[in-house]
Amino acid sequence: MLKKLLPFVEHAIKKPVWDCRMCGQCVLHSTGMTCPMTCPKTLRNGPCGGVRENGHCEVKPEMQCVWLKAYERKVSLPMPTVWKDHFNELRPPVDMRLAGTSSWVNLVTKRDQQTPAGWSVINGAH
Amino acid sequence: MSLLRDKLENSNDTVFTAEFPSIDGGGMASVVRDVARLAPFFDAVNATDNPAAHAHTSNTTTAIAMKMHGLEPIMQVVCRDKNRLAIQSDIMGAALHGIENVSLLTGDDVTAGDEPEARRVFDIDSIQAINITRIMMTGKYLSGRKINPAPDFYIGAVENAAAPPFDYRIERALKKHRAGASFLQLQICYHPDRLEAFCKGVAKIAPDLKLIPTIVLVKSAKALGFMNEKVAGINVPQQTIARVAAAADQAKEAYDLTLELARHALTLPGVRGLHVTDFRHDDSLHSFMSDLGQRPRN
Repeated sequence: MLKKLLPFVEHAIKKPVWDCRMCGQCVLHSTGMTCPMTCPKTLRNGPCGGVRENGHCEVKPEMQCVWLKAYERKVSLPMPTVWKDHFNELRPPVDMRLAGTSSWVNLVTKRDQQTPAGWSVINGAH
Repeated sequence: MSLLRDKLENSNDTVFTAEFPSIDGGGMASVVRDVARLAPFFDAVNATDNPAAHAHTSNTTTAIAMKMHGLEPIMQVVCRDKNRLAIQSDIMGAALHGIENVSLLTGDDVTAGDEPEARRVFDIDSIQAINITRIMMTGKYLSGRKINPAPDFYIGAVENAAAPPFDYRIERALKKHRAGASFLQLQICYHPDRLEAFCKGVAKIAPDLKLIPTIVLVKSAKALGFMNEKVAGINVPQQTIARVAAAADQAKEAYDLTLELARHALTLPGVRGLHVTDFRHDDSLHSFMSDLGQRPRN
């Protein structure tokens, strides 16, 4: 019951605030409280090279680059140092199977930290 | 070991790279012609992967054709059109054909191309693609399944030193280096101050990361204006365009500007060569290389 209800609750809270896309493996704390899944290219490791001179997105010229916003917020927002330190961590590929599930549940069960066996060969297990 | 790797890692020679023209028909005869034109000047040449989101002959087969005819390829793989499986099979295809340099990029968005209605993929990003290539070099696919023997590559990437957020571009370059990139080809940059700050910042922390800024041979102020307006992530300052526009001989002024930018770039820390884009299509590539003190290779 809770497993079915939680994604609704999570989405209801995170959609209006962060435009949450329910990837199920939330990294907001390490990306300046800015959701990387709102980047049109869904980049999890920083901005692409197409950012315009005015700081806007290559794909959607009317929108500020998500990663520019993330970087500015990381620098200026009062956040725990450890969150700021995580900004440059190498985030693994998204597990598409988690789309639509609650990242809160996945955090508690550590399901969101599971990566393919090859990934941990040089990046270590989480 | 690839010639590019050998030159960058075991010598102090300046390296020159370029893009191989996209192939849209013309057969092997066109490849032979382009190889003959580029080989005298360049150590290695990029086999592109649907550049600017336009479909062309594939990255892997272009790289194979170049290699067959004696020009060392840097095989680009972009994340726009392929998921993680297809990217790994591109890498394995490169290994099968003895292609030793690969460069992993995010890629322009589909909206930059002539089929903007296409589905964009971006299943993984460029940094993850770099890292997956490193993983494959340990003898494993991303899944952990074995590759025997493990392939060996010289891994490159691309960074834009002149696009916002400027400070973060250094950190992003370093992240690509940590993920496994040994060299970075840099995007076209008409801001020498930004390029300088970037190269200094990177070289301070990662002096072994080889930087290869891009230099563009153009003929006119109009060409600079076009780049400024149409190419994602490229900004050409108005005074630079005005300088060329005001000249009696625009082609000469544009050439002089390119040479100044090139000479400046080569003085910067970490810079080990230039990536040359020739939009002039005249004989100025010859004079450009000789003005930089380069003699034809073989």
